[in-house]
Amino acid sequence: MSVVVLKKTPAPAKHPPAQVVPLPVAAKSGQWAQKSLAWIVSSVLPPLVVLFVLLAIWQIAFSGPDAGLPTPTKVWAESSELILDPFFVYGSQDIGLGWRVLTSLERVAYGFGLAAVAGVLMGAVIGQSALMMRGFDPIFQVLRTVPPLAWLPISLAAFMDSRPSAIFVIFITAIWPIIINTAAGVRAIPQDYRNVAAVLRLNQIEFFWKIMVPSAAPYIFSGLRIGVGLSWLAIVAAEMLTGGVGIGFFIWDAWNSSRLTDIIVALIYIGVTGFVLDRLVGWIGSVVSRGTAS
Amino acid sequence: MTMAPTKYLHIDRISKTFTNGSKVTEVLQDIRLTIDKGEFVSIIGHSGCGKSTLLNLIAGLTDVTTGALKLEGREVNAPGPERAVVFQNHSLLPWLTVYDNVKLAVSKVFSGTKTRAERHDWIMQNLDLVQMIHAADKRPGEISGGMRQRVGIARALSMEPKVLLLDEPFGALDALTRAHLQDAVMDIHARLGNTMIMITHDVDEAVLLADRIVMMTNGPAATIGEVLEVAIPRPRDRIALASHPDYVRAREAVLRFLYERHRFVEAAE
Ligand SMILES: Nc1ncnc2c1ncn2[C@@H]1O[C@H](COP(=O)(O)OP(=O)(O)O)[C@@H](O)[C@H]1O
Ligand SMILES: [Mg+2]
Repeated sequence: MSVVVLKKTPAPAKHPPAQVVPLPVAAKSGQWAQKSLAWIVSSVLPPLVVLFVLLAIWQIAFSGPDAGLPTPTKVWAESSELILDPFFVYGSQDIGLGWRVLTSLERVAYGFGLAAVAGVLMGAVIGQSALMMRGFDPIFQVLRTVPPLAWLPISLAAFMDSRPSAIFVIFITAIWPIIINTAAGVRAIPQDYRNVAAVLRLNQIEFFWKIMVPSAAPYIFSGLRIGVGLSWLAIVAAEMLTGGVGIGFFIWDAWNSSRLTDIIVALIYIGVTGFVLDRLVGWIGSVVSRGTAS
Repeated sequence: MTMAPTKYLHIDRISKTFTNGSKVTEVLQDIRLTIDKGEFVSIIGHSGCGKSTLLNLIAGLTDVTTGALKLEGREVNAPGPERAVVFQNHSLLPWLTVYDNVKLAVSKVFSGTKTRAERHDWIMQNLDLVQMIHAADKRPGEISGGMRQRVGIARALSMEPKVLLLDEPFGALDALTRAHLQDAVMDIHARLGNTMIMITHDVDEAVLLADRIVMMTNGPAATIGEVLEVAIPRPRDRIALASHPDYVRAREAVLRFLYERHRFVEAAE
């Protein structure tokens, strides 16, 4: 495959007039410094300010003697080690939250990976036929709303073993939007591309890789992006089954031993990891499907 | 030029009816046409009369309802690279570069017969034929509409088709670009001697390019109303031709057919 160099002209919207430097005498380096300063002021500062205000409100609201939740300062006092050192190992069950997140990510990788492969293939098959689409779509739309916890008993009953059950819960939570979006993307392949494939006598496999996947890539990746978010949402439910060292089980365990501050720190880890996963899949999608939009 | 065997492409009493639920539309009726090897045929007719449908039938993209279609004596019933199509809206794959769009066709058609190096040379040769080597690494979104059509032609030619089918390939282009591409097509036809069938709604284009002009009646149930031989010798030059009596006569005949005998009436469905 040849490497393609994209020569996109930068979108004019990237330079809003507000960022134009008012001083015509400003040197180039000065402009650069001013621009990065403007970026910090416009993009980094607002969330920091909001975060600070929220923490302050939280602190004030739960400062009373019989408050139900710990305040931020209490979280820091009791669980700062979890925040400061994500990768400590004190024993097989006593490890940093970074390790726990990695363990959970591995589990999600299995469940989501399977969901991605199976979802894209099923979507590709179903999207080929308007009749199948009409038959399957309403069912998927219903199944897609079932929460991860609700799959737990069914999963356990089906597999009788906690490890495959946990992965199945992640799988079954993530797969629906992948199927639905892939099928929609396949339906949206322009007739022209199908005609080109027909004239070239592409076989099914060639059609899948050379026409279907690239053409439906934007749809597929928006499905994968929703799917990865859902599979990460399912991690706590999945690890309630497996136990062990995952971040999901850590929360369940901390709740059983009333370590509320630890739970709060773990929530932050989960949130940040989910955010990174979402952006990662979104970024891969935009790289892979950059040619399709034009 | 020696006369090729007749009945190269034989369209034998073809009709086409679309059935959409309970709605039945007879688009084409009793189409008979025989095209010689190396011949350039233009098909002209008012919009919606069924020209694209006829081309898709020849391409095998649509099945005939009745009648038969034979290329070199063999029945046509599926699409294939020996009947390559240049589509109206280029239909290049936007995620592939110009080179890779042609490569997709060449790799598929010549996978068993040409080596890698030979395939590369063949891709470049076809891009050169339409003067698009300079944009080989660009994507369709980065080149002009005229260039895209050129690449579409290169892709179709690269399949070494027995018949090249062109569906209003220059319809969306401005007059100057269109003139350039018409010259390019005439040049390619002179050099390679392909059999070409080109749909157009432009009378000048039809007369300039074609050996024969097939004029279609209005739909529904359109058929071939008249076939006009254009006996102007090649190579043809658009400027010299403008006042050529044969050219003027052919042009007038087509205009008469389209605007006197088969005036376009907005279908009162
Ligand atoms: N797949 C189809 N189903 C039903 N009707 C069709 C289909 N394709 C074309 N037609 C009808 O056939 C007629 C001819 O269409 P077309 O061949 O595209 O005309 P042209 O290319 O001459 O403008 C039109 O009335 C169109 O509505
Ligand atoms: Mg048409």
